[in-house]
Amino acid sequence: MDLRLDVSEQGAWSVLQVGGEIDVATAPRLREQLIRLVNDERFRIVVDLEGVDFIDSTGLGVLIGALKRVRTHDGDLVLVCTEPRIVKVFEITGLNQVFQIHASLDDAVAE
Amino acid sequence: MEEPAADTVPSAETVELELPARPEVVSVARLVVGAVAAVEPLFDEERGADLRLAVSEACTNAIQAQLADHPGADPTAPIVLRCSVGDGRIRLAVQDHGGGFDPEGLQAHPEVTDPARLEHEGGLGIPLIRLLADELEFQPTPGGTTVVMTFGPRVAVDRSVV
Repeated sequence: MDLRLDVSEQGAWSVLQVGGEIDVATAPRLREQLIRLVNDERFRIVVDLEGVDFIDSTGLGVLIGALKRVRTHDGDLVLVCTEPRIVKVFEITGLNQVFQIHASLDDAVAE
Repeated sequence: MEEPAADTVPSAETVELELPARPEVVSVARLVVGAVAAVEPLFDEERGADLRLAVSEACTNAIQAQLADHPGADPTAPIVLRCSVGDGRIRLAVQDHGGGFDPEGLQAHPEVTDPARLEHEGGLGIPLIRLLADELEFQPTPGGTTVVMTFGPRVAVDRSVV
Protein backbone atom coordinates (compact mmCIF):
# COMPACT_ATOMS: atom_id res chain seq x y z
CA MET A 1 0.00 0.00 0.00
CA ASP A 2 0.94 3.54 -0.67
CA LEU A 3 2.57 5.59 2.10
CA ARG A 4 4.87 8.46 1.25
CA LEU A 5 7.34 9.83 3.80
CA ASP A 6 9.52 12.85 3.19
CA VAL A 7 11.81 14.43 5.80
CA SER A 8 13.15 17.97 5.63
CA GLU A 9 14.55 20.51 8.07
CA GLN A 10 12.99 23.90 8.82
CA GLY A 11 14.98 25.81 11.43
CA ALA A 12 14.79 23.94 14.71
CA TRP A 13 12.18 21.56 13.37
CA SER A 14 12.33 18.32 11.46
CA VAL A 15 9.35 18.14 9.15
CA LEU A 16 7.93 14.74 8.23
CA GLN A 17 5.48 15.03 5.37
CA VAL A 18 3.21 12.02 5.16
CA GLY A 19 1.06 11.06 2.20
CA GLY A 20 -1.34 8.20 1.57
CA GLU A 21 -3.13 5.96 4.06
CA ILE A 22 -1.95 5.19 7.60
CA ASP A 23 -3.27 1.87 8.84
CA VAL A 24 -1.98 -1.43 10.25
CA ALA A 25 -0.19 -2.19 6.97
CA THR A 26 1.66 1.11 6.63
CA ALA A 27 1.98 2.37 10.23
CA PRO A 28 5.17 0.33 10.89
CA ARG A 29 7.03 2.43 8.28
CA LEU A 30 5.82 5.64 9.89
CA ARG A 31 6.88 4.35 13.32
CA GLU A 32 10.35 3.41 12.01
CA GLN A 33 10.83 6.84 10.44
CA LEU A 34 9.83 8.63 13.65
CA ILE A 35 12.12 6.41 15.75
CA ARG A 36 14.97 7.15 13.32
CA LEU A 37 14.45 10.90 13.80
CA VAL A 38 14.53 10.54 17.59
CA ASN A 39 17.64 8.34 17.37
CA ASP A 40 19.22 11.15 15.31
CA GLU A 41 18.41 13.46 18.23
CA ARG A 42 15.72 15.30 16.31
CA PHE A 43 13.36 16.01 19.18
CA ARG A 44 11.25 18.79 17.60
CA ILE A 45 9.14 17.19 14.93
CA VAL A 46 6.32 18.45 12.74
CA VAL A 47 4.24 15.67 11.21
CA ASP A 48 2.48 17.16 8.21
CA LEU A 49 -0.66 15.12 7.54
CA GLU A 50 -1.96 17.27 4.67
CA GLY A 51 -1.32 14.50 2.16
CA VAL A 52 -3.00 11.81 4.27
CA ASP A 53 -6.25 10.37 2.93
CA PHE A 54 -6.94 8.02 5.83
CA ILE A 55 -5.80 7.38 9.39
CA ASP A 56 -7.12 4.91 11.93
CA SER A 57 -6.25 4.06 15.52
CA THR A 58 -3.08 2.23 14.50
CA GLY A 59 -1.76 5.49 13.04
CA LEU A 60 -2.91 7.46 16.07
CA GLY A 61 -1.03 4.99 18.27
CA VAL A 62 2.19 5.58 16.33
CA LEU A 63 1.84 9.36 16.78
CA ILE A 64 1.13 8.92 20.52
CA GLY A 65 4.25 6.76 20.86
CA ALA A 66 6.38 9.33 19.00
CA LEU A 67 5.03 12.20 21.12
CA LYS A 68 5.99 10.27 24.24
CA ARG A 69 9.51 9.66 22.90
CA VAL A 70 10.23 13.30 22.04
CA ARG A 71 8.75 14.53 25.34
CA THR A 72 11.18 12.34 27.28
CA HIS A 73 13.88 14.49 25.62
CA ASP A 74 12.05 17.76 26.37
CA GLY A 75 11.06 17.91 22.73
CA ASP A 76 7.71 18.24 21.02
CA LEU A 77 5.76 16.75 18.16
CA VAL A 78 3.07 18.84 16.49
CA LEU A 79 0.77 18.16 13.57
CA VAL A 80 -0.35 20.00 10.46
CA CYS A 81 -3.84 18.97 9.40
CA THR A 82 -6.81 20.75 7.86
CA GLU A 83 -8.63 17.89 6.10
CA PRO A 84 -11.96 17.63 8.00
CA ARG A 85 -12.13 13.82 7.80
CA ILE A 86 -8.69 13.48 9.39
CA VAL A 87 -9.24 16.24 11.96
CA LYS A 88 -12.48 14.50 12.96
CA VAL A 89 -10.58 11.35 13.97
CA PHE A 90 -8.48 13.42 16.39
CA GLU A 91 -11.57 15.22 17.68
CA ILE A 92 -13.73 12.20 18.39
CA THR A 93 -10.90 10.43 20.20
CA GLY A 94 -10.08 13.57 22.20
CA LEU A 95 -6.52 13.49 20.88
CA ASN A 96 -6.87 17.05 19.60
CA GLN A 97 -6.31 17.89 23.29
CA VAL A 98 -3.06 15.92 23.30
CA PHE A 99 -1.57 17.12 20.00
CA GLN A 100 -1.16 20.68 18.82
CA ILE A 101 -2.81 20.70 15.40
CA HIS A 102 -1.80 23.56 13.12
CA ALA A 103 -3.52 24.80 9.98
CA SER A 104 -0.28 25.22 8.04
CA LEU A 105 3.36 24.22 8.10
CA ASP A 106 4.32 27.90 8.48
CA ASP A 107 2.21 28.10 11.65
CA ALA A 108 3.76 24.91 13.01
CA VAL A 109 7.38 25.96 12.56
CA ALA A 110 6.76 29.54 13.74
CA GLU A 111 6.81 28.42 17.39
CA MET B 1 -36.89 -20.16 3.07
CA GLU B 2 -33.45 -19.87 4.55
CA GLU B 3 -33.17 -17.82 7.74
CA PRO B 4 -31.06 -14.68 7.28
CA ALA B 5 -27.75 -14.66 9.15
CA ALA B 6 -28.03 -13.11 12.61
CA ASP B 7 -25.50 -10.45 11.74
CA THR B 8 -27.24 -8.97 8.69
CA VAL B 9 -30.06 -6.46 8.40
CA PRO B 10 -33.39 -8.28 7.80
CA SER B 11 -34.51 -8.49 4.15
CA ALA B 12 -31.22 -7.02 3.09
CA GLU B 13 -28.89 -7.40 0.17
CA THR B 14 -25.63 -8.84 1.45
CA VAL B 15 -22.10 -8.76 0.12
CA GLU B 16 -19.78 -11.34 1.64
CA LEU B 17 -16.04 -11.38 1.29
CA GLU B 18 -13.35 -13.70 2.63
CA LEU B 19 -10.00 -12.06 3.20
CA PRO B 20 -6.70 -13.60 4.25
CA ALA B 21 -5.57 -12.48 7.71
CA ARG B 22 -2.88 -10.06 6.53
CA PRO B 23 -2.46 -6.32 7.25
CA GLU B 24 -2.53 -5.52 3.52
CA VAL B 25 -6.17 -6.57 3.18
CA VAL B 26 -7.55 -3.93 5.54
CA SER B 27 -7.42 -1.40 2.69
CA VAL B 28 -9.44 -3.81 0.55
CA ALA B 29 -12.13 -4.01 3.26
CA ARG B 30 -12.25 -0.19 3.34
CA LEU B 31 -12.64 -0.02 -0.44
CA VAL B 32 -15.53 -2.50 -0.41
CA VAL B 33 -17.33 -0.77 2.44
CA GLY B 34 -16.75 2.65 0.88
CA ALA B 35 -18.30 1.37 -2.36
CA VAL B 36 -21.31 -0.08 -0.52
CA ALA B 37 -21.90 3.21 1.33
CA ALA B 38 -21.41 5.29 -1.83
CA VAL B 39 -24.37 3.66 -3.61
CA GLU B 40 -26.70 4.26 -0.66
CA PRO B 41 -28.27 7.66 -1.27
CA LEU B 42 -28.93 8.24 2.45
CA PHE B 43 -25.24 7.86 3.30
CA ASP B 44 -23.24 10.99 2.52
CA GLU B 45 -19.49 11.13 2.05
CA GLU B 46 -18.78 11.87 5.72
CA ARG B 47 -20.87 8.93 6.88
CA GLY B 48 -19.11 6.75 4.32
CA ALA B 49 -15.81 7.80 5.89
CA ASP B 50 -17.17 6.71 9.31
CA LEU B 51 -17.93 3.26 7.90
CA ARG B 52 -14.50 2.96 6.29
CA LEU B 53 -12.85 3.86 9.59
CA ALA B 54 -15.01 1.45 11.60
CA VAL B 55 -14.33 -1.48 9.27
CA SER B 56 -10.63 -0.67 9.30
CA GLU B 57 -10.64 -0.90 13.10
CA ALA B 58 -12.66 -4.13 13.17
CA CYS B 59 -10.52 -5.85 10.52
CA THR B 60 -7.30 -4.71 12.23
CA ASN B 61 -8.50 -6.24 15.50
CA ALA B 62 -9.56 -9.43 13.71
CA ILE B 63 -6.19 -9.85 11.98
CA GLN B 64 -4.21 -9.07 15.11
CA ALA B 65 -6.32 -11.58 17.07
CA GLN B 66 -5.68 -14.31 14.52
CA LEU B 67 -1.98 -13.60 14.26
CA ALA B 68 -1.60 -13.35 18.06
CA ASP B 69 0.12 -16.11 19.92
CA HIS B 70 -2.77 -17.26 22.07
CA PRO B 71 -4.83 -20.44 22.29
CA GLY B 72 -7.39 -20.96 19.57
CA ALA B 73 -6.06 -18.26 17.23
CA ASP B 74 -5.86 -19.54 13.66
CA PRO B 75 -3.62 -17.40 11.42
CA THR B 76 -4.56 -19.41 8.33
CA ALA B 77 -8.33 -18.88 8.58
CA PRO B 78 -9.89 -16.08 6.52
CA ILE B 79 -11.47 -12.96 7.97
CA VAL B 80 -15.09 -12.83 6.79
CA LEU B 81 -16.63 -9.44 6.04
CA ARG B 82 -20.38 -9.21 5.47
CA CYS B 83 -22.00 -5.94 4.39
CA SER B 84 -25.77 -5.89 4.36
CA VAL B 85 -27.95 -3.00 3.30
CA GLY B 86 -31.64 -2.62 4.02
CA ASP B 87 -34.22 -0.40 5.74
CA GLY B 88 -31.92 2.59 5.30
CA ARG B 89 -29.21 0.98 7.37
CA ILE B 90 -25.87 -0.66 6.67
CA ARG B 91 -24.67 -3.49 8.86
CA LEU B 92 -21.06 -4.62 8.80
CA ALA B 93 -20.05 -7.93 10.35
CA VAL B 94 -16.40 -8.91 10.72
CA GLN B 95 -15.85 -12.51 11.73
CA ASP B 96 -12.50 -13.71 12.99
CA HIS B 97 -10.95 -16.97 14.14
CA GLY B 98 -8.95 -15.33 16.89
CA GLY B 99 -9.92 -17.75 19.62
CA GLY B 100 -12.50 -15.51 21.29
CA PHE B 101 -12.51 -12.16 23.01
CA ASP B 102 -14.06 -10.70 26.14
CA PRO B 103 -15.27 -7.14 25.46
CA GLU B 104 -15.78 -6.70 29.22
CA GLY B 105 -12.04 -7.22 29.66
CA LEU B 106 -11.11 -4.05 27.76
CA GLN B 107 -8.86 -1.78 29.75
CA ALA B 108 -10.01 1.80 30.25
CA HIS B 109 -7.41 4.42 29.36
CA PRO B 110 -6.53 7.48 31.40
CA GLU B 111 -8.18 10.72 30.29
CA VAL B 112 -6.46 12.31 27.30
CA THR B 113 -5.38 15.26 29.43
CA ASP B 114 -3.57 12.90 31.81
CA PRO B 115 0.15 12.59 30.88
CA ALA B 116 -0.16 8.85 31.59
CA ARG B 117 -2.36 8.63 28.46
CA LEU B 118 0.85 8.63 26.38
CA GLU B 119 1.71 5.21 27.83
CA HIS B 120 -1.07 3.67 25.72
CA GLU B 121 -0.51 3.39 21.98
CA GLY B 122 -3.21 0.78 21.47
CA GLY B 123 -6.76 0.15 22.59
CA LEU B 124 -8.34 3.01 20.68
CA GLY B 125 -10.06 0.89 18.04
CA ILE B 126 -13.13 -0.37 19.85
CA PRO B 127 -13.87 2.98 21.55
CA LEU B 128 -13.69 4.55 18.07
CA ILE B 129 -16.13 2.00 16.65
CA ARG B 130 -18.49 2.73 19.57
CA LEU B 131 -18.45 6.42 18.64
CA LEU B 132 -19.05 5.81 14.95
CA ALA B 133 -21.64 3.02 14.87
CA ASP B 134 -25.23 3.29 16.07
CA GLU B 135 -25.10 -0.24 17.44
CA LEU B 136 -22.17 -2.50 18.28
CA GLU B 137 -22.36 -6.13 19.27
CA PHE B 138 -19.79 -8.87 19.84
CA GLN B 139 -21.12 -12.31 18.98
CA PRO B 140 -19.12 -15.41 19.92
CA THR B 141 -18.79 -17.52 16.74
CA PRO B 142 -16.97 -20.81 16.16
CA GLY B 143 -13.27 -20.30 16.83
CA GLY B 144 -13.57 -16.57 17.43
CA THR B 145 -15.77 -13.49 17.47
CA THR B 146 -18.02 -11.62 15.08
CA VAL B 147 -18.13 -7.86 15.53
CA VAL B 148 -21.46 -6.52 14.27
CA MET B 149 -21.73 -2.80 13.61
CA THR B 150 -24.94 -1.12 12.47
CA PHE B 151 -25.02 2.33 10.93
CA GLY B 152 -27.88 4.70 10.15
CA PRO B 153 -27.34 7.51 7.69
CA ARG B 154 -26.12 9.99 10.26
CA VAL B 155 -25.17 9.98 13.89
CA ALA B 156 -24.64 12.95 16.12
CA VAL B 157 -21.12 12.12 17.19
CA ASP B 158 -20.49 12.88 20.82
CA ARG B 159 -17.14 14.60 20.51
CA SER B 160 -16.15 13.55 23.96
CA VAL B 161 -13.09 11.86 25.25
CA VAL B 162 -12.57 8.15 24.57
